[in-house]
Parts: sequence; structure tokens; C-alpha cells
Amino acid sequence: MMNNSKNLVEMKNIHKCFGKVVALKGVDFQVGNNEIVGLIGDNGAGKSTLIKILSGVYPPTRGEIYIRGEKISNRRYSVRKAHELDIETVYQEKALGEKQSLWRNIFIGRQISNFFGFINIKKEKEETDKIMKELIGFRGAGVSADSLVGKLSGGERQGIAIGRAMYFNANLIILDEPTAALSAKEVSKVLNFIRKIKESRRSCIYITHHIADTYSVSDRFVFIDRGEIIGEYKKSEISLEEITEKLLMVSAGNSGKEIDS
Amino acid sequence: MNVRNNKISLLRSKGFRTYAVVLVYIVLMGIFMITAPRAFLDYKIYMAFLSTIPFSLVMALGLTFVIIAGEIDLSFTAVMAFSGFIFTYIFIHTGSTILAFIASLTAGLVAGFINGIIIAKVKVPSIIATLGTQFFWAGLAVVISSGRSLIINEIRPSFMYKIFVGRIGGIVPAQAAWAFGLAIILSFILNKHRFGESAMFIGDNRDTARMMGVNVDRALIQIFMLSGVLAAFASVLLACEMVTWWATQGPGFLLITIAAVFIGGTSIYGGEGTIFGTVVGAFIVGSITAGIVASGVGGFWTQLVVGLVLLSAVFINTFVSKRGR
Repeated sequence: MMNNSKNLVEMKNIHKCFGKVVALKGVDFQVGNNEIVGLIGDNGAGKSTLIKILSGVYPPTRGEIYIRGEKISNRRYSVRKAHELDIETVYQEKALGEKQSLWRNIFIGRQISNFFGFINIKKEKEETDKIMKELIGFRGAGVSADSLVGKLSGGERQGIAIGRAMYFNANLIILDEPTAALSAKEVSKVLNFIRKIKESRRSCIYITHHIADTYSVSDRFVFIDRGEIIGEYKKSEISLEEITEKLLMVSAGNSGKEIDS
Repeated sequence: MNVRNNKISLLRSKGFRTYAVVLVYIVLMGIFMITAPRAFLDYKIYMAFLSTIPFSLVMALGLTFVIIAGEIDLSFTAVMAFSGFIFTYIFIHTGSTILAFIASLTAGLVAGFINGIIIAKVKVPSIIATLGTQFFWAGLAVVISSGRSLIINEIRPSFMYKIFVGRIGGIVPAQAAWAFGLAIILSFILNKHRFGESAMFIGDNRDTARMMGVNVDRALIQIFMLSGVLAAFASVLLACEMVTWWATQGPGFLLITIAAVFIGGTSIYGGEGTIFGTVVGAFIVGSITAGIVASGVGGFWTQLVVGLVLLSAVFINTFVSKRGR
């Protein structure tokens, strides 16, 4: 259900500390309805921490989160709650249980189960087969609902994670470095998937190091560095070259070098 | 290359490991039938196994969930000693088996809950946390009993005595039926219930489990409570069978129960394991003592042989799963 509030997600003055390490220092971040946001920053800049807070993996140390205009209780927020609010995240790595079968990986946390908590295995396997054929496009090739994730290639694993996000039909899909382990052909599939998100009037946060990929699909770019937002640009305001330059400057700054302007 | 991969995946498959552990048991029984035919060709020794193995088997069932979740519980035998004390003490003072039974299971649940809180919330590694609670519960049992044994001959005529440790058809020990019944239920729970799936994902990769929406802390607390309540149930079976409670009953069960789980093929790295394997593992460990003594080799050899079987089982499992990576 869409409502009239301007932004789908509104994060205000988010702080996150891990012990003495400050990962985020007062971040303001928004995602509009039907908007694709490219979140750009160097390794360790705070991208993953920010989206893990939005996905309910950790609570923020301080700050407010509004989803569809409604304030979220930081203490009660969880991954399950995020799923209920139609927020789905595809993580960059290790987001699947290696020793478990594909069908368990698709449904873990949201099992098709009866009142007593027993899982309808037959139904979960059938749905997994459907996801593989219709959403991901796995055909034959020795991969089945019973295959163990540990035996799949990086691309196949990412496909499973993305297929899961598509299946649960989330309103906001967060992709954290989804193309890191993929071949060029698989990357273009992911980009098509993001275009589909846009066409179906949903929203997406896309995190990647591949600036050209982000540029082709995003509506807006947000730069994050050392736990702070250092710039936000609409696509019309910035060119691909300027983004690349900005990212290089940020990484150079982080490695302690000066850049001549 | 392909042939090699196929071979490895065959070796890695759950089916093969389960098959291997059954094979080990059959070979072991075969050896004992040759070395001690008088004992091992008579049905009575198998009835003896069905009478003694259920105590460690019931505890091994709970421990299987703990180890699949990538944790360890060293306190369950102390919980057994403590909740066994509660059972006998309340029975002696009230004469009610039901009350004693409920109080004993409650003690087990509370002990498991405390383990769970220390591990999931305070984040103390389970090996240290449960080492501490092991000393605590075993110590508490000794202190409040002043180290004296309790004898409950009066329980023999009770209904509970008959259904827990009576002899079905005059031959088969009832505790075996309870242990097998629990094994079947827990096998369903491990494979087909959300609880079992949570245990497997937590043991596989805790961060992943959390990111996928598993309530890791709650599941861990429940897993340790399961281990605690099963230890309490084992204590009731043991108290009924022996008609006695004694303060130092725990330690003798600790290592053989842990060994049973690992011999049964549960991964030392967590994330996978089977209840069926644990059942067979408990029978392997439980039969070795009797087999060695009956073969005339001498009881001193028992530990050495259990150690060798355990090392080989863990070696094979580790080797097979490393090769597959």
C-alpha cells in the first residue's frame, strides 16, 4: 500500500557505534517512492552499516527511521519487521546457509508452515522450483531445489538471493554489491532486474563499486564517506565522469594522499 | 575431475554418513559376536543395552541440537544430577510422582534457560558458560544432599515407574521406547520444524541466520532449554531404573554422550547432523563397554576403544567435509 507521504524511507540523524568505533555520524538518508538510489562510497565508508540498520539487522545507536511516514521503534525493529514492511535486502556475500538446501535458503525466516510451526516442505520445494525457472531462469544444469548452496557458483548464489527478493515482492529492494561475484552476462541480468523494479513502481537502493552500472539505472546518487553523507545528486545534476572523479577523490583521501585539483 | 567430484559428493552426502555409522555398528556387533559369542548371541545383552543406553541417548538428542547450532553444552550431566535430586527429594517428601516429575523437568528447563541467557545475551562462549554451570549445578546437588544418596524403593508400585522403566511384555525396557519415541519426534522437529531449521542455519552461519530473519538469541535459548529438559527427563528415567539417586551420577555420562553425537556424524563445525546418527552413535558407545568386558579383554580397554572410535569418526567427517570444499 502506498500512501501520500513523500518518501518511502526517511532516516534522520542516524548514529551507529560499535564499541568505540563510530561507523555512522549523523546520517540523513531518504528513498522516494519509485526511486532507484545509488549509494556510493569506499570500503568501510558505512554503506553496509546504513543498510543493515534499515534492514533491521542492527538497531541504530541514535536517530530516527520513518517508513511510509510512520516512525519505527528502534528497539522493536527487526529483520522480520522489515520483511513485514516490504523491505527486502540482498547482501553482498555469505547471505546464504552454505550447508543447507536451496529451498530452505529461500524460505528461512518466512517458512510456509502450519499453526504448530511444521514446515510444508513439499510446497516450499515447489515454490523454489518456480522461482528458479520463472524468476531466475535456472534450467536443468544440475541445480535443483534440493541442491546444497555450498555447491553453487557465486553467480548462482547471487541469483538465488535476488530470486528470493523478487519472489517476496518487496516494495523496497536493497542490493548490497549484488554484482561483485558475477560475470558480465549475469550483471546485465541484475541491471535488468533493477529496471523492472523501476517499471513496477517500486524502489531500490543499489550499492556497488561499478559506477557505470549504477549510473545507468539510478535516479539519484548519495555519496557516503567515513560515516557521513558528503553529497547527493540527481542524475540530471551529475555526469558519469564527475561521479567517477568524486569517488576517486574520496578513496584517495582515505588512503591519505592529496589530490591536485 | 568430474568422477572425483562425484565421489566426494557421494562421501559428503548425509545418506552416506548415516549409512557408514550403521555399518560401523554392524561390524562392531559382528566382532563381538565372534569374540564373545556366549554374550552376544543371546538376546539378553541387547535387552541390557535397551535398559542402559536410553539415559545417555535421551541427553544426546538434546546435545545434537546444541552442536548443530555450533555450540556445546558441558552442563547437561550436572543438570541431570540436580534435577534427579529434585525428583527423588520431592517424591520422598510428598509421595507424588507427578509433582516430582513436573518439578524435575522445570528444574531442567530453568537450568537450560540460564545457560541460554548467558550464551545468547551475555555472549559468553558456550564452552566456558556451561563449564561454569556444570560446576554450579553439580556442586549445588552435592551441597543440598550433603553428598548422601537417596533411595526411593517406594516408587516401585507406582504407575510412573511402570510406564517409564517397566518391562514391555515382560522383556523390553520401557525407557527404550521413550528414548526412541523422543528420537522420532525430535527428528521431525529437526528436519521439518522451524525450530530445527533455525538450529541448522545458526550453526551454519550465525550472521546469515540473523540477516535472514532468524531470531538467533531466542532460538539459542530454546535449544539450551531443550538440552536441559531432556537431561531432567533422563534423570527421572535413571532414578526410576536405579531406584536411587546419587550425587556423583553425572560425570560418567558426560563424555560418552558427547562422543555419541560426534560418532553419529553431527558436524563439529555445526550446521548439519542427524538424530538417527546420534541414536546409532549412542548404541555404538554403549555397546563397546559390554562388548569388551564380555570378550574377556578387560574393562581397562573400554576408554581406549571409545577414544579410537570417536577419533576415527571425527577424522572421517572432517576429512570428507574439507575435501568437498
